[in-house]
Amino acid sequence: MPLSPDEARRFAALLEGQAEQLASRWTELVAAGLRGRLSSAELRRQTTDLRRAFQQAFAGGATDLGQDAAAELRAQLTELSSGRARQGFSATETAVSIYAFKDVTLEVLGDQSDAATLRDYVAFSSFVDQAALFTFDSYVRIRESIIADQAEQLLELSTPVVKLWEGVVAVPLVGTLDSARAQVVMERLLQTLVDTGSPYAIIDITGVPAVDTQVAQHILKTVVAARLMGADCIISGIRPQIAQTIVALGIEFGDIATKSSLADALRYVISQNKRSGR
Amino acid sequence: MNDESQRLPVVTDQDVVRVRQLVRTVAVAVKLSLVDQTKLVTAASELARNTLVYGGGGEVEVTRVHNERRGGIRIVFADRGPGIADLDLALTDGYTTGGGLGLGLSGARRLVDEFDIDTEPGKGTTITIVKWCR
Repeated sequence: MPLSPDEARRFAALLEGQAEQLASRWTELVAAGLRGRLSSAELRRQTTDLRRAFQQAFAGGATDLGQDAAAELRAQLTELSSGRARQGFSATETAVSIYAFKDVTLEVLGDQSDAATLRDYVAFSSFVDQAALFTFDSYVRIRESIIADQAEQLLELSTPVVKLWEGVVAVPLVGTLDSARAQVVMERLLQTLVDTGSPYAIIDITGVPAVDTQVAQHILKTVVAARLMGADCIISGIRPQIAQTIVALGIEFGDIATKSSLADALRYVISQNKRSGR
Repeated sequence: MNDESQRLPVVTDQDVVRVRQLVRTVAVAVKLSLVDQTKLVTAASELARNTLVYGGGGEVEVTRVHNERRGGIRIVFADRGPGIADLDLALTDGYTTGGGLGLGLSGARRLVDEFDIDTEPGKGTTITIVKWCR
């Protein structure tokens, strides 16, 4: 049952009249639910702001959370969700903080006989439900954006090109090598070859759990590109199970040098270096 | 006697990674050797990517199976894509219509113990593979 604008304004007056008491009781209830993981000063600030936002929304005659009068309230709720999501609270804990407002209101206003008739309270309650669902929604949205950011950061992090020796650079690959990462790896490697003037590059796949045809193709393309720039590529970190899988799949690495460990690859490169007098 | 099977949709690249992780988890649970785990995970990766790239997306079902002597894993890859017109050609090493190495389908067949393709042009493709514990 939705609020009527009149009821909303009546509630605004009630919320204003008991402002101090509502905010303190609300803070207590939320603090109990979060078990001291947020300081009560911070909670107090949040509940005070939220109470004011609820009051303003009702004073503006808001009967639905989507209305213009509730814009400030929506902003407050989004800020709350964003903070909680970043601090690692669950979506339920966040929404329950809002639901608690219903208990608080009933507790504080309940003994005023003229105030909360059942009908008013039910309407108010459904408005708070909307608000709680809204926090839930924005919580999920914010978590998704955090995850997307992290995925992007991982892409950056997981593909370092390191200088291993004079004239030798190495790319330790870790995890899943999809097309996006393979592209980043290839670009980084080729750029590092130019920057350092290295004649040798070692691609280490110790950290790649499975080498399928797509991964193999990405590696082969990288090797060919490096060769075009005059650098020799060695693939290292081929474990027994990977070797057997590659053979069964029928992937050919042709005349590309492969070694079981990074140490072997480095030793091989240094011996090649001596032989050619570089 | 079969255990409950687990299903995963294959609609994005991330789903292929999820299939790979699920297969690895189940492969460890049925105590496949490390080599066989790697082979099965690689085969699943190839076929799941085929489901995505050629089948236009589909579903993967992973089931633990048992016969009298040993346990194993059955994986079914199903799509409702264009199907495979010439199966012999598709199973030829090096043949590809998608710019890959052309080893996915034929290679996957060599990585598992049982391999069955049910395909009909215009209807879709269902591939069933089984790997038994040694």
